[in-house]
Amino acid sequence: MSALLEARHVTKVFGGGLLRKTQTVALENFSFRVSGEAPRITAIVGESGSGKTTLARLLLGLVTPTKGEILYRGKALQKLSGEDRRAFLRDVQAVFQDPFEVYNPFYKVDHVLELPIRNFGLAHSRRERRAMVEEALHAVGLRPEETLGRYPHQLSGGQRQRIMVARALLLRPRLIIADEPVSMVDASLRATILGSLLKLNEEFGISLIYITHDLTTAFQVSQDIIVLYRGSVVEAGDVEQVVRDPQHPYTRLLVGSIPLPNPDRAWQGERVLGRPAAELAPISASYCKFHQRCPFAMPICVQEAPPLFQTGGRRVTACYLYREAPALQAEELVTIFADGHRQQAAATESTLDGETS
Amino acid sequence: MTDVLRVEDLRVYYHTEAGPVKAVNGVTFSLKPGERFGLVGESGSGKSTIALALLRLIRPPGRIEGGAVYLDGLNLLTLDEEEMRRLRLARMSLVAQGAMNSLNPVKRIREQIYLALRDHGVQMSRGEFDRYVAELLQRVGLRPEVGDMFPHELSGGMKQRVCIAIAISLEPQVIVADEPTSALDVVVQWQVIDTLRRVQEELGASVLLIGHDMGLMAQTVDRIGVMYAGKLVEIAPTRELFREPLHPYTQLLIASLPSLDGKGDLRGIPGLPPSLLNPPPGCPFHPRCPFAMERCRTEEPKLQEIQPGHWVACHLH
Repeated sequence: MSALLEARHVTKVFGGGLLRKTQTVALENFSFRVSGEAPRITAIVGESGSGKTTLARLLLGLVTPTKGEILYRGKALQKLSGEDRRAFLRDVQAVFQDPFEVYNPFYKVDHVLELPIRNFGLAHSRRERRAMVEEALHAVGLRPEETLGRYPHQLSGGQRQRIMVARALLLRPRLIIADEPVSMVDASLRATILGSLLKLNEEFGISLIYITHDLTTAFQVSQDIIVLYRGSVVEAGDVEQVVRDPQHPYTRLLVGSIPLPNPDRAWQGERVLGRPAAELAPISASYCKFHQRCPFAMPICVQEAPPLFQTGGRRVTACYLYREAPALQAEELVTIFADGHRQQAAATESTLDGETS
Repeated sequence: MTDVLRVEDLRVYYHTEAGPVKAVNGVTFSLKPGERFGLVGESGSGKSTIALALLRLIRPPGRIEGGAVYLDGLNLLTLDEEEMRRLRLARMSLVAQGAMNSLNPVKRIREQIYLALRDHGVQMSRGEFDRYVAELLQRVGLRPEVGDMFPHELSGGMKQRVCIAIAISLEPQVIVADEPTSALDVVVQWQVIDTLRRVQEELGASVLLIGHDMGLMAQTVDRIGVMYAGKLVEIAPTRELFREPLHPYTQLLIASLPSLDGKGDLRGIPGLPPSLLNPPPGCPFHPRCPFAMERCRTEEPKLQEIQPGHWVACHLH
């Protein structure tokens, strides 16, 4: 049984054309899988330049990988036939950051909700269509009578974003990829939107890839987490373990930099780590990208990029501080996540020991 | 201690075709010397309008309708344009939202600092000025070489520090910082706030920090004022506000914040902020308030000191 959506050794390089000499590696050798069987919520966390938005766009087929491939039910995304492509467009939905840009200001918001129903021929009558729209709005906590018949500018950012979630829900997708869905929404509405995404997962069995820079909401929403730094996975695993006890120095810095809404919790920022170690010059093309900022940098960090060390049953850290632990190949990342583990075990009869959920 | 800044019953309206939008509707607060005071609110609560009004930078269709802004006893709303121009930066400076994008892209950082100082009549020899810029940059944690660079050569965090350097260049008494870190990554945000805090303490200046991030406020300021629909609904020392919020809006806002302490229910505040064009009668929060009483629908609560230093505008108290 092939996965719903899978990234295999995906690398995306921007630039390097005729005019621009400099190349930017936005994402490097990334492998991941959404099974489609057990609905999971995976957070992908990183700062600007971490490659998280590139990853979202790759998974949605909006950009093509430079190396590696994205597979939908075992077939390469770029080569899907008409029918498979329609199925993909229905199964995998997106919610983007900016709830202002995605609307056509000349249409009432009804349009954005009715269009997918028409495109996919989901309703047989106008009444049925209306009922579907209303149901989806209710599911995200909006009252149809306060929403329908209005133009986008008449609604708040929070309402617009929830309509986007409702729109995604209409198609009963298997997976929603949400790229910073609440970063432009006010605090009092943020929880409501995340709550409605959670509800889709729990009540409709939809998997969610939640892409964000915000570790606190990632912690609240997801079960699994992947931390990216400049295009590479630095740490991944069970969200409770990773956020409460971060291992990779970068994750420690990230967690320590969150200003928690509790004056009694210290805001340490860079003091968590201390000063970077003496500068080491990379001596190969492959090296740890965090070494310049890392107080623990060692010669080996600039000789070869660290692999994923499995530091626990459900977590990996790409850092030589943990080199005693067994190393995983990039494509084995998914084995540390609960359902991925089961799948991998079944598929390859892997003998990897670790906890099964 | 006497207040360095005192804002009294400030009112700023934006005059639209549909009528006046009461963005700031009777706001009163004060800053003590050396104090960091935070104004929090959601978009549309009027907090950025206050920042602009304090420096008299409100443009039409906006207008300051009334109230007073006292800086060291001097009512800024009575000054003429030229007096106000000289006072900005020298005695009260602004680090505006997205300030880093306000740097001139074709001028070196040194030149931009020079122009700011020259406009305020500072006279220095070349050597003195170079030393001054180097010291200023050092204060905000930048190397002196940054003076020779253009804005595009700097990262967002570095640009924001340059803006702080300019803001403190004439050693003002009050620094108004409007969302100074809203576009920055979390690690850089810490660096910028750490810098702001350090230079402010060195100068003994007061800071008015404006923002929406309760976490940032909790970690940065001494006292917090909570804005809702153009009004201050609560003012309290930071610890007290988080320990014992009194206004239902503050309570719900704090309860809705995601924390790392445990996975809780994700609960937002139901409903939406009111239109400032037609604000509801009575308390502006009553349509969303779980404790709303009959009185809240008709009579607007006044901001009152319930406990020493803890002010709240709510009929429950």
